Amino acid sequence: MEIVEQVLRGDVRAVARLLRDIDDQVPSTRSILKELYPYTGKAYVVGFTGPPGAGKSTLVDQITAYYRRIGKTVAIIAIDPTSPFSGGAILGDRIRMQRHFLDKDVFIRSVATRGHFGGLTKSTHDMITVFDAMGKDIIIVETVGVGQGEVEIADCAHTTIVVSVPGLGDDIQAIKAGIMEIGNIFVVNKADREGAKKTVQELRTILDMGRRFRMDIGEMDDWEPPIVETQAHKGIGIDELCDAIERHKAYLTAQKPEQFRKVMLKRTLHQFSETLRDELFKEMVRRIERRGDTLESIAERIFQKELDPYSVSRQLIKEEFISHEQ
Amino acid sequence: MANERKLRILVAKPGLDGHDRGARVIARALRDAGFEVIYTGCHQTPEQIVQTALQEDVDMIGLSILSGAHNYSFPRIMELLKENNAEDIVVVGGGIFPLEDIPKLKAIGIREIFTPGSKLDDIIKWVRENVKPRKAAA
Amino acid sequence: MGTRMFSESAIERIEKEYKEWLQDYEKALQKLPERLERFSTVSDMEVKNLYTPLDIKNKDYMEDIGFPGCYPFTRGVQTTMYRARLWTMRMFAGLGTAEQTNERFHYLISHGETGLSVAFDFPTLMGYDTDSSLARGECGRCGVAIDTIEDMQRLFAGINLEEVTTSMTINPPASVIWAMYIANAENEGFSRKKLGGTIQNDCLKEFIAQKTLMLPPEPSIRLVVDTVEFGTKEVPRWNTISISGYHIREAGATAVQELAFTIYDGITYVEECIKRGLNVDDFAGRLSFFWNSHIDFFEEIAKMRAARRMWARIMKNRFKAQNPRSMMCRFHVQTAGCSLTAQEPYNNIIRTTTEALAAILGGCQSLHTNSLDEVYMIPSEFAVKIALRTQQILAYEVGVANVIDPLAGSYYVEALTDRMEEEANEYIRKLDEMGGMVAAIEKNYPQMEIADSAYRFQQQIERGEKVVIGINMFPSEIPPLEVLKIDPEIERLQIERLHKFKERRNKVKLQKALDELRRRCEGKPCWENNVMPALIEAVKAGATEQECCDVYREVFGTYTDPASF
Ligand SMILES: Nc1nc2c(ncn2[C@@H]2O[C@H](COP(=O)(O)OP(=O)(O)OP(=O)(O)O)[C@@H](O)[C@H]2O)c(=O)[nH]1
Ligand SMILES: [Mg+2]
Repeated sequence: MEIVEQVLRGDVRAVARLLRDIDDQVPSTRSILKELYPYTGKAYVVGFTGPPGAGKSTLVDQITAYYRRIGKTVAIIAIDPTSPFSGGAILGDRIRMQRHFLDKDVFIRSVATRGHFGGLTKSTHDMITVFDAMGKDIIIVETVGVGQGEVEIADCAHTTIVVSVPGLGDDIQAIKAGIMEIGNIFVVNKADREGAKKTVQELRTILDMGRRFRMDIGEMDDWEPPIVETQAHKGIGIDELCDAIERHKAYLTAQKPEQFRKVMLKRTLHQFSETLRDELFKEMVRRIERRGDTLESIAERIFQKELDPYSVSRQLIKEEFISHEQ
Repeated sequence: MANERKLRILVAKPGLDGHDRGARVIARALRDAGFEVIYTGCHQTPEQIVQTALQEDVDMIGLSILSGAHNYSFPRIMELLKENNAEDIVVVGGGIFPLEDIPKLKAIGIREIFTPGSKLDDIIKWVRENVKPRKAAA
Repeated sequence: MGTRMFSESAIERIEKEYKEWLQDYEKALQKLPERLERFSTVSDMEVKNLYTPLDIKNKDYMEDIGFPGCYPFTRGVQTTMYRARLWTMRMFAGLGTAEQTNERFHYLISHGETGLSVAFDFPTLMGYDTDSSLARGECGRCGVAIDTIEDMQRLFAGINLEEVTTSMTINPPASVIWAMYIANAENEGFSRKKLGGTIQNDCLKEFIAQKTLMLPPEPSIRLVVDTVEFGTKEVPRWNTISISGYHIREAGATAVQELAFTIYDGITYVEECIKRGLNVDDFAGRLSFFWNSHIDFFEEIAKMRAARRMWARIMKNRFKAQNPRSMMCRFHVQTAGCSLTAQEPYNNIIRTTTEALAAILGGCQSLHTNSLDEVYMIPSEFAVKIALRTQQILAYEVGVANVIDPLAGSYYVEALTDRMEEEANEYIRKLDEMGGMVAAIEKNYPQMEIADSAYRFQQQIERGEKVVIGINMFPSEIPPLEVLKIDPEIERLQIERLHKFKERRNKVKLQKALDELRRRCEGKPCWENNVMPALIEAVKAGATEQECCDVYREVFGTYTDPASF
């Protein structure tokens, strides 16, 4: 396929268009992705998550500069929320990354959540596949910062970085719920602000508690997530952050190949189940339509209490997938 | 069951003027019309604008400028789009333009110029009528 | 013993009669209903049908209104106001090369202008020389291009700098341009002690609204404090900051937001100067303000009166100033550029006249009136003359300058003045809570408030709730208008002469001067390392504007706007 050649060659326009088609779930992208898949597995994926305005984009900009200095090529997927009212979005993460706009070895793509929850978009995994096949060494994903358990990132990043800032008080509580488990590295950005030390201490305490808990249930790994203080806008603490990423990478790839395998497998499993879920759903919709019915009209009947969602789902699966096959 | 294809629009301010009131109002209005807007803000060079447009696969570029430097930046942007085989991207301008410059800008391929006092509704309507999302690959 | 303006019995009686009148009003509406569902100012502040003593019944004359030239300065900062001296008619001017602008200055002076005001082009405003690759196509377009001390010399050739005062609208590079001004004046034989004028030098409003951004907030403020400190000691007649609401308003803020954010910027500068070790009464008297005069007549007058009272109270109570001059909110006003239309541009004369009238009734110290063609370009001589004549007609024919603060005591104006102060104080409390203006800017707070107002206003226009003649009522086409052309050729000439200038310099001396500037930027503590003396030496040694700003950028880093929505 020509498009596959173009992606492998790193053709910016072709890649940009393919990403659009993927984001729009154009069916033909499936076969392209299939062709690209064998060329993947080389890129290292770093994810940033954290509350809005924490400095994620600024950090992404800084570590991109670092990777460029050591000669690595970079792709950035920057996710911002879709307005639930209009379905539109303003994607502004790029503003922080301007110095890389003219660098041919940095590809920045802004994406909107389009109603997807969990911090990523439906298309994120597939976009990573494209960038990986395109030959980018490092793929950085900035999740949407709404601060409500954006944990999906851990299923696609090798290294997940959780960003917080001092003085948010309650946000530490919010971080506790769910997000603590997924961080391989914690950043306290805006360390120039009052209360940075306190935030570090609080994080430390929570992390230690989690560690003890995992030890008790025997799920302990021996990576101790470092906490790095940064002032992203001034580039302070960035060397330490990059060093932490390198150490985590080394830990995964060299010291702990079985751990690395586990991460990769988890990612693959996630991507596979997402795809499967998606395909199954689409297939079912097709079949429902072939019966001359629609999701909406079934919903109407459920609403009228003629049906209930549980039985009708089971019923459909039985009729369409199980009994057919027999 | 492909999603409806959304328009992707880049809103950028070339040149050195920082008066972004218009650009920001437009960005919001485009979002509220259901489009995906990539906003890169002030002080963008033509090179930066075109690279962004390519990587983001936008259907349209909206340029806001008040400084009067459009006679440099607009032609340069059109030239760069051409060099990159991206003339299909619709380019429009908004801001202050001496009337006699408008035909010149249209002649180099700027599709529409919105001058002060343009209604948001009219701009949105123009966009809906004149900019179509690029066709998906078959 | 208070100085209430109405006796309790009078209030009682008025209250009773007012209720009856309201019933009459309701009745009358049944025959002919009100024109609008809701009456509000251009800032969308709802106003009532009638104001009476009831609206100001708690006012204390001496405490809240007082006399001109006396605390709390509600009625004006000078005792004599316009009866002794009219406001300074100061027209913002700058176009093309230094020579062309110099010519415009002489033209304006010959037509009765009483103070100069320099508009710089965008590269100069951003700290870039004309030969920078970022400056292509911008040279001399929206103001004059100043790269070197020689340009500065050309700009003021033949003008007595000890007699005329000069206002320079320049922000991040203000220290550099001011150094060039001082150095040039000294080269021309004037004394820095006698130089009078203003540098805008208000970096905070750039973060909030105008986005002429160069350095992060903290070093930007440090440089501002350097200029205040230097001015206090060395250039005592200079206003070192013009704390500006103008641009905040142009960016779409309401009158209250303009008032509150600007006053808070002022608070921030005062705090920072005090932190530097300056005595509040030594510098506060040289702080000046810059307001926008928008189209809603009474709202603007009330805003300016409220600004004076607020600043006086803040300086006295929050900063314990003793000297009355420290408490005076002296200000320049510009009529609202954003209220003008490209459609039927001659209507802009009427808009500007009304806005100028509000500025005068608001008690401004100096005034710029926009030209009818300013929506398009730098004004032509024809248009700028009408704008200047507008001020002169108001000053000499209309009689509004004969009586001090003639609107005081108007129930509406006083009530609106109070409301401005109250609502602005609400913002000030909020900003205090957020930890100050820099913290608020980092949280995008003032930027978002303004963007919301701008968007709301635009929607009101679209729905016809707010009216702009020629746009959404009696809409009309934009006519061809003879506008001033800036010859693109001057860019090449300016670059050529800049390069020649650079070649002529003594490289060793220049390097030494720039090294000293860098040392001072990096040096700690900053109060022992004021950049101003080093800057003056550097520009005398031939350092260009950009060379000085590059030192800043290298030492302090750069800044881009968060631009959230
Ligand atoms: N004081 C301070 N400000 C910072 C620091 N890092 C970033 N900022 C500022 O914080 C603001 C937000 O930064 P972004 O990088 O856009 O934050 P974000 O997390 O990507 O924000 P969203 O994408 O909107 O969720 C910007 O104004 C930055 O300049 C820091 O270390 N200290
Ligand atoms: Mg971001």
